[in-house]
Amino acid sequence: MTQPSSPPDGIDAAQRIARHAYGRLVAWLAYQWRDVAAAEDAMGEALVKALERWPTQGVPDAPEAWLLTVAKRELLQTARRQRLHDSPEVQALYDGDETEALGFEIPDARLKLMFVCAHPAIDASIRTPLMLQTVLGIEAKQLATCMLVSPKAMAQRLVRVKLKIRDAGLRFEEPEADDLPERLHAVLEAVYAAYGLGWEAVDGGQAEIQDLRGEALFLGELLCSLLPHSAEAKGLRALMLFCQARERARFDASDSLIPLQLQNTALWDQTLLDQADALLAQAFQLSQSGPFQIEAAIQSAHCQRRHTSQVPWRGIAMLYGHLNSQWPTRGAQVAQAVALANCQDLEAAAQMLAALDPEAMRNYQPYWVWLWRTFTNWLASIRMRKPICSADSASLARQAPRLF
Amino acid sequence: MKYMLMFYDNPANNIPPQDETERNAWFGRWMAYNTAIGESGVVVIGHALQPPHTATTVRMRGDQRQVQDGPFADTKEMLGGFYVIDVPDLDEALAWAARSPAALKGGVEVRPLMDSPPEPS
Repeated sequence: MTQPSSPPDGIDAAQRIARHAYGRLVAWLAYQWRDVAAAEDAMGEALVKALERWPTQGVPDAPEAWLLTVAKRELLQTARRQRLHDSPEVQALYDGDETEALGFEIPDARLKLMFVCAHPAIDASIRTPLMLQTVLGIEAKQLATCMLVSPKAMAQRLVRVKLKIRDAGLRFEEPEADDLPERLHAVLEAVYAAYGLGWEAVDGGQAEIQDLRGEALFLGELLCSLLPHSAEAKGLRALMLFCQARERARFDASDSLIPLQLQNTALWDQTLLDQADALLAQAFQLSQSGPFQIEAAIQSAHCQRRHTSQVPWRGIAMLYGHLNSQWPTRGAQVAQAVALANCQDLEAAAQMLAALDPEAMRNYQPYWVWLWRTFTNWLASIRMRKPICSADSASLARQAPRLF
Repeated sequence: MKYMLMFYDNPANNIPPQDETERNAWFGRWMAYNTAIGESGVVVIGHALQPPHTATTVRMRGDQRQVQDGPFADTKEMLGGFYVIDVPDLDEALAWAARSPAALKGGVEVRPLMDSPPEPS
């Protein structure tokens, strides 16, 4: 133990550690215990105890190990109450006591747990929120806002799915080779969603959400090292690095978003762009097509502008066409129309836009913003029912980080 | 863990098949499945069920016993049989469910059995 520190230090330390280590500690406990909800409850108790004790007794030398030990004790007590003391899960926790040793590095079970969350027995629509909450500690309320459902409904669905994980006996070991591509895609989607959420905080300043970008980049790197033969893992990491490289160029002096093709390329991070291009080249060598690689290739095409001063819109439109032919999303459809319009193929652009489901586009801000910016002249002769350009930067950036 | 596999089929899908050759092939698939799952040693118990027209449903309402002709839920899909199997995890139970002939046109519901209550000490 260090010398007792003043109360705010203890509280600050607990909060800081909670922010940085929560996901890792919960994932490790959940993976050992095979019960996500119980692991979260136990870690919650451990954090409460830390807030009680650290301000008066000082912050332990190995605060994460301290939290893990307290959380494990909570789990064991709960298990004793439920008379499960002979179960292998409880035994595993007894066996894991070496975590109390100083400097022990807690293995990162986050990706393993994400693969469990991507299990086919879990409803596809709840997989990403489940991963984001369990592994990155994002609250149900915030997930609900992003997924356009009520916070209550989101919280209920998360509770229900955690009960299913506990009670239905989902396999926690590595998925079978047959299952891997589908599950990997869900994991990659969640990592990219976390990265997008991280952008939401750019002008808001919630530190824990800003950390998400770093977490997502780290998880992307981990995926690449664990699955060196996965082209899509490399594609996702390249995509995030392309977006990350433009961080300093995305906002003007008045904090308005600057579209990708108008950004000052001198502000782009050349080292990151080179890394991203190299990763994408490695991915292509593996000859496995996939949406993240195409998205990254589109980014790479945009970034050619730093050398040629031209955006290769024709090539970008073709890449979006390829993406939409196999993995259509409303974002990519709008972006394809924009690319077509930018290479003067207005007829094709208009056809694409006309084919989009108006209901799906109604609340999709990037659609309206792009429509507004790109087609202002073209639309001048048409009376728009609702000229809309009130999108707030934060949610725009989240919904379409690749466009800014 | 123990799981119940509940085999559902829709008679409108021609299950069991009317045509004799097809029906024999269908029985053959079930025989092969029953042999495979039996020899694997995972089966706790299992049976095919008589068709729903043989079912009777009972309810107690107050002290009144209500007996009704027919199955509890009147659905197009009928419960044709079940296995209770003891396997390490859901994934293995799902693998057995997927191999069954019921999975081809109907569907198999897989549910974990509840743990036995603790022995009183």
